[in-house]
Amino acid sequence: MEWETVIGLEIHAQLSTKSKIFSSASTLFGQAPNSQACAVDLGLPGVLPVLNVEAVNKAIKFGLAVGAHINQRNIFDRKNYFYPDLPKGYQISQMDIPIVGEGEIEITVDGEVKIVGITRAHLEEDAGKSVHDMFNEYTAVDLNRAGTPLLEIVSEPDMRSAKEAVTYAKKIHSLLQYIGICDGNMQEGSFRCDANVSIRPIGQEELGTRAELKNINSFKFLERAINLEVERQQDILEEGGSVAQETRLYDAVKHETRSMRSKEEANDYRYFPDPDLLPVEISNELMASIKASLPELPVEKKARFIAQLGLNEYDADVLTSQKSLADYFEATLEDNEKNAKLCANWVMGELSALLNKNQLEIDQSLVSPQALSLLVTRIGDDTISGKIAKDVFKAMWEGEGSADEIIKSKGLKQMTDTGEIEAIVDDTIANNTAQVEQFKSGNEKILGFFVGQAMKATQGKANPKLLNELLRKKLS
Amino acid sequence: MSIHTKTIAQLAQGLKNKEFSSVEITQHYLDRINKSDLNAFITVTDELAMQQAQASDDKIASGNGGILTGIPYAHKDIFCTQGVKTSVGSKMLDNFISPYDATVSHHLNQADLVMLGKSNMDEFAMGSSNENSFYGDVKNPWNKNKIPGGSSGGSAAAVAGGLSCFATGTDTGGSIRQPASLCGITGLKPTYGRVSRYGMIAYASSLDQAGPMTKTAEDAAIVLNAMAGFDEKDSTSAQQDVPDYTANLNDSIKDLTIGLPKEFFSEGLDDAVATEVMNAVKEFEAMGATVKEISLPNSAYAIPTYYIVAPCECSSNLSRLDGVRYGYRCDDPKDLEDLYLRSRSEGFGAEVKRRIMIGAYALSAGYYDAYYLKAQKTRHLISEDFKKAFADVDVIMGPVSPTTAFDLGSVKDSVSMYLADIYTLSANLAGLPGMSIPAGFSNKLPVGLQLIGNYWSESKLLNIAHQFQKQTDWHAKIPEEG
Amino acid sequence: MSLSEQQVSQIAYLARLSLSDSELKDNTKDLNAILGLAEQLGAIETDGIEPMAHPLHMTQRLRADVVTEVDQSELFQSIAPNVGNHHYLVPTVIE
Repeated sequence: MEWETVIGLEIHAQLSTKSKIFSSASTLFGQAPNSQACAVDLGLPGVLPVLNVEAVNKAIKFGLAVGAHINQRNIFDRKNYFYPDLPKGYQISQMDIPIVGEGEIEITVDGEVKIVGITRAHLEEDAGKSVHDMFNEYTAVDLNRAGTPLLEIVSEPDMRSAKEAVTYAKKIHSLLQYIGICDGNMQEGSFRCDANVSIRPIGQEELGTRAELKNINSFKFLERAINLEVERQQDILEEGGSVAQETRLYDAVKHETRSMRSKEEANDYRYFPDPDLLPVEISNELMASIKASLPELPVEKKARFIAQLGLNEYDADVLTSQKSLADYFEATLEDNEKNAKLCANWVMGELSALLNKNQLEIDQSLVSPQALSLLVTRIGDDTISGKIAKDVFKAMWEGEGSADEIIKSKGLKQMTDTGEIEAIVDDTIANNTAQVEQFKSGNEKILGFFVGQAMKATQGKANPKLLNELLRKKLS
Repeated sequence: MSIHTKTIAQLAQGLKNKEFSSVEITQHYLDRINKSDLNAFITVTDELAMQQAQASDDKIASGNGGILTGIPYAHKDIFCTQGVKTSVGSKMLDNFISPYDATVSHHLNQADLVMLGKSNMDEFAMGSSNENSFYGDVKNPWNKNKIPGGSSGGSAAAVAGGLSCFATGTDTGGSIRQPASLCGITGLKPTYGRVSRYGMIAYASSLDQAGPMTKTAEDAAIVLNAMAGFDEKDSTSAQQDVPDYTANLNDSIKDLTIGLPKEFFSEGLDDAVATEVMNAVKEFEAMGATVKEISLPNSAYAIPTYYIVAPCECSSNLSRLDGVRYGYRCDDPKDLEDLYLRSRSEGFGAEVKRRIMIGAYALSAGYYDAYYLKAQKTRHLISEDFKKAFADVDVIMGPVSPTTAFDLGSVKDSVSMYLADIYTLSANLAGLPGMSIPAGFSNKLPVGLQLIGNYWSESKLLNIAHQFQKQTDWHAKIPEEG
Repeated sequence: MSLSEQQVSQIAYLARLSLSDSELKDNTKDLNAILGLAEQLGAIETDGIEPMAHPLHMTQRLRADVVTEVDQSELFQSIAPNVGNHHYLVPTVIE
């Protein structure tokens, strides 16, 4: 049987506020255990929550960025369950009326544009952390993370492959950073994905039973976990079995998903409106001011790169895929917009290759955008050739100085004096009579040999265009 | 007239005139508490009290004292008090030394009050007789075989029994007014949102409200001045100015229109209680007030409404008591489930467990609409009844409790106990202010008159109560001792 | 509608309470009596009535995003049942 995969994602993004969603304790990562768990975060008897304005503003920002309906009156509910890292025995979340309603986002997969629906996004508090390997007989609980604001972004089950799911997740990840509401640090857990995965026979309308995959902390694992789960479900269904609706934990080390001891079985979350919090009302004025404060969104930036800089669709897409990448690229354009295409090639080519090789992020690049911009300028004004530029770039990466310094110290400035090049051309022709004969008898390809010899003689510094012209002239 | 029969106003005057010191009156109260068999206190903070008294005397001597400086009081053991055990009457928090102060505790400290101790109460404020305390029953000072009412039973007994000049209370379904009524003192439950709930251990968050329990309406006004006010730590706290509640005590009430809800005088109300209540109403008429019969048609549903809403909220509020970060933990838990199950089962008393289970059930999948949502809708209807009524009348009057104090141990099933709350629950459901003031006796037991006012009308209620207390002396009666 | 002992025992577990046999019996009786009281609500027409979750018609006040809390973990952990390495300890949880 042919199967179709159906995937919906639930993304938990920590909002980058200074203080927690319901308390005035710090949200800083990596502090001494429990040093940032205040009375409210610990759920001491008698304490009460007060909502952080920035958490609300950031959620609205996201909603506006995906063109979603903002519920200008939204409600906080309690989700009741017992767990050691959930201090109050309930999580404050939003059930019936979330702050962000329906929206959508565009993704491009294999050159095809697809719209993924966003069902909703709601505010909630993060739980603490349970450490299982610190003591033999105990689980140790650190509540520093408890109360960190989360935006849970729920998609429609619109994705049809792991690849689409990853593209969507990356798109959201990038958008959150663009609008400055989440640092996106996946190692620190600032951005976490759960995937709802089901399969159905192609052509069937009705959705299959889904499994919820949890504990996925990288895009790579997201793709692997989904593919693994799809295989598992196919095996079950093809053997005539049925898929259980359950939560499964992805184990990246063993590369398997396993059922979470039917964690859901006894769970009846008993949602009800939190009586300690009142309905949140969002004024039209606040909506307008947040809208005005939105930066250029990736989709807008992409369109501008195409229209204003003349980039092609693919380049524009890649360069806007991450805010840090787009920022870098735009910084190379300062006073250098005429070389935009060249800058794009360099950022996506040499620079990306070196970053990958050294496992660095764009904002850790050893070559600043200003430095790269100068190098590109020197290619554009014919000071050096593109080929020489690659060597200059490597030297820049090694910290040998600016493009100009390196060109000067290594004497790499392109030879553009016709007389000088002519002399070398003459020498080359004189020293290779056999090849001259071949050329004259019609072997045009041999021209490359002459170019190579002449370049060698100039240590690659001859202006290639000029060299070509002179060779042809002299040979004919 | 001995120290323990004096009101705040009288003690403050005496302290100012150097008739006695705060140390002296504090010691007097501590001696009385020591000798008392009412079981009104869970914790007596004698050392702290003497320190506070000394500090108050210093302050008075330097001329910086306020009206409450040096006045000894009993603080309901539901308010967190930093460094002092705050048990909410439960084994669950028997070892809980609060690491922080409730906003109310903070306000009372700022007013230089002397805290004699933490008063006894029904566990987690769930009860109408104070028989649900882990620390044992509290006795009614008027008759030690009788209940003092609940949940603020220790506070009411302390004030009526001369063990503190006044006390704090909290009222979720009548827990200030009913014990005030049964012990013959003055109790005020303010409008929801008037007094901060921060640090007041939650029973039912949308109903809980703290207030004063005093000898007189004037004292209640003085204490409310200190307790009330906006608190940025409480999202449900009202951003509303606090008037001087003593300012209008002497206003004339001759143009007052009193509403008597016919539903409050129907079947189930003890005849003698009805008589005393009606006598009090006549007293108001004699003072020039007009009396009108009104109807609160949905008030009959206050009991089922309350006993769904409050348990739902409490089932969730009490989930934090899990034996992980503070409070009771069972011995040698074998795994996490065991830790939860035994800590909670051993730590909570029977009534608390019952309400937690009712709430868990009423919120659970498939029953939410039929119970919780239905109750929140009836709650709306109950609240609308009052809105209509207050279009025609200034204040609503009626009984607080259908009977006077009953015998300890005499009411054995929960439902019968709940029925005793019939007249007090509506004000909590609507969020309205209510008072109980002494209005007579039946079989040597006090009968209270309930006043329910419109939102934010505490000044008016205190004015009405004060005028009544100028004409009557029920509030000045004290139980015989010995 | 009447609750069975089995249902009561499930509800107890949901609330992480365990009941002895006699407590289960008593609570089943009590819970059914209390729910019987709640059945009265069925008599009221509430179609189109807004549920009232709060007594006051106020909206949520928002707090400025400022850190004011200081580290009090030593004080807070001094009242904890079991602490190790600055963590709250519970019997090992298997995920």
